[in-house]
Amino acid sequence: MASRPQTHPSIRPRTLYEKIWDAHVVETREDGTSILFIDRHLVHEVTSPQAFEALRLAGRTVRRPDLTLAVPDHNLPTTARVDGDGKRIPIADPQSAAQLAALEANAPAFGIEYISATAAAQGIVHVVGPEQGFSLPGSTIVCGDSHTAAHGGIGALAFGIGTSEVEHVLATQTLQLKRAKTMEVRVDGELGPGVTSKDLILHIIGVIGTAGGTGHVIEYRGDVFERMSVESRLTVCNMSIEAGARAGLIGPDETVFAYLKGRPYAPSGNDWDRAVDYWRGLKSDTGAEFDTSVRIDAADIEPTVTWGTSPEDTAPIGGAVPDPESFADPSKQTAARKSLEYMGLQPGQQLTDVAVQAVFIGSCTNSRIEDLRAAADVLRGKHISANIEWGIVVPGSGLVKRQAEEEGLDRIFIDAGLEWREPGCSACLGMNPDKVLPGKRCASTSNRNFVGRQGPGARTHLMSPAMAAAAALTGKLTDVRDLV
Amino acid sequence: MEPVSTIQGRAIPYGAKNVDTDVIIPAHWLKTISREGLGKGAFETVRAQPGNVFDDSAYAGAPILIAGDNFGCGSSREHAAWALLDLGIAAVIAPSFSDIFSGNAFKNGILTVELPQEQVDRLLEVAQSDPVTIDLDTQTVTTPFQDRFAFEVDPFRKHCLIGGLDEVALTLERDAAISDYESRHAQQMPWLARGTTEKVA
Repeated sequence: MASRPQTHPSIRPRTLYEKIWDAHVVETREDGTSILFIDRHLVHEVTSPQAFEALRLAGRTVRRPDLTLAVPDHNLPTTARVDGDGKRIPIADPQSAAQLAALEANAPAFGIEYISATAAAQGIVHVVGPEQGFSLPGSTIVCGDSHTAAHGGIGALAFGIGTSEVEHVLATQTLQLKRAKTMEVRVDGELGPGVTSKDLILHIIGVIGTAGGTGHVIEYRGDVFERMSVESRLTVCNMSIEAGARAGLIGPDETVFAYLKGRPYAPSGNDWDRAVDYWRGLKSDTGAEFDTSVRIDAADIEPTVTWGTSPEDTAPIGGAVPDPESFADPSKQTAARKSLEYMGLQPGQQLTDVAVQAVFIGSCTNSRIEDLRAAADVLRGKHISANIEWGIVVPGSGLVKRQAEEEGLDRIFIDAGLEWREPGCSACLGMNPDKVLPGKRCASTSNRNFVGRQGPGARTHLMSPAMAAAAALTGKLTDVRDLV
Repeated sequence: MEPVSTIQGRAIPYGAKNVDTDVIIPAHWLKTISREGLGKGAFETVRAQPGNVFDDSAYAGAPILIAGDNFGCGSSREHAAWALLDLGIAAVIAPSFSDIFSGNAFKNGILTVELPQEQVDRLLEVAQSDPVTIDLDTQTVTTPFQDRFAFEVDPFRKHCLIGGLDEVALTLERDAAISDYESRHAQQMPWLARGTTEKVA
């Protein structure tokens, strides 16, 4: 029978990561490499075609199609997918169409369940997994996408993999891995009004740095996370990779169990009860040691935006664009100079004086119902600034879209002058037609402000949904607290 | 995968820090369903600038790339490794690499060599005019000027690279162990085995 992970007196106290890791080790070789069993594999259209092709060439099959779920998201246009007669509208770009067709063909050919581009359940893999109850606490979850870390928000060990690893998981349902180091990010206290999980994770990345978590799995601990909704926890864990950590996780609790109960793929009946009994034991033991510890006081965090081209380039909205000379590290000085040149910003410029021309509310970081509600609250009954040339709201899934429409949020966005789109990754990565034009500045709820990320020459400022909505209203970076 | 042993030749002295995989290969190149031909899109934004190091004829066909800290951060796209392969890059030398990128590189037979910043700086200098040699067997980087830098490499990765081994095939040899684990796991956590859970429900 299932038993809770016990703290055996002879065993040293373990972190949550170590408990999930230990429960999934098939075997460990002398060199320390383990074969780790994977419980859930999410597959999308962009990083899977070459993996399926490799299986085909080697005459291999998918070991556990029942643990695999495929859904297109990255490359789908977010404009209407069916016409007035309910007929599917073909994708104009032949390469994108071919990529979608490959997933549509590969999934049934290998016996994998497929959520089609026009299904209500379709959405961004990292929104779909938790929403469907496919992602479960204590499980190992992988996907050919670095933001798989998001699923750590429900207490899973979840991380992004490359296409060769996608192939490896399809063929063997395992990965060959070495145990990671552990990092505790502890945040106690209370987030101020207008300060969200997105501000918090941007602030954390600013503290740790973009490589600070390399080789580590982060566990977010402290009462701030305990009070957070599941949606907010997913936002925090999602951006762990922006601090270099392949995975981030939060111990699952009653909030998570209540969120998952009754979802389509979640266990039910006796299995549910056994699962919850086990999940309740999924906590880092008292006295468990982390390789690295970071402590942050929630009260120190303001609404936060990025000013540069790395997610670590964060500043409170009340601050100014930093002077590159102010950094101690010469290579950081060079990087900051290049960033400011690309971003078209001057050292010392007040952030609230920076004009924006585009707004993107969406992505696996911030496209859940809570995010859309937060943006709509700021926009309700108002109109965006005449400076905004392009503004879109892209729900994370068809189910989020439906819920938002039931709540009338779509009307708020449309009346405010923003476009209401179909679900997908969209302008987060500039792969489908949703791109920010060269030289234009975008207030974006996505996760990366890299050079060219939202389109060649596009300038990205990362922020929370409420802050992006505030920027839409004023046409410049704005402290949302000044609007309410 | 082709076996890897010694990599010798010109090294592109790129040197940039925090090079993300969006810079190595922008997203619009990811629409392909093949691994081939991505070299054309490699470092597209960098190569748009005149006088960039990638289009310098002195480094045409160079098998080694030298970069700064945290090379390959960001997206998990293996297209970054495929793009480097298509450029002819067989090894990247940097003070550190992102976890996902170094795994992707290894699985494509690209050697990632971590050296301290001072040694990377020295190699950036040498690379201006002279070749660099990486020997995987002895785990050393050498130059024509008596520089000799030792580097660490995971023993399993080294074994796979030298033998040109296919990791999937190696894991499939452990099929019985995986099957044993699966039945144990299904008993301990029956709620995770979707097939059976749904029948019970």
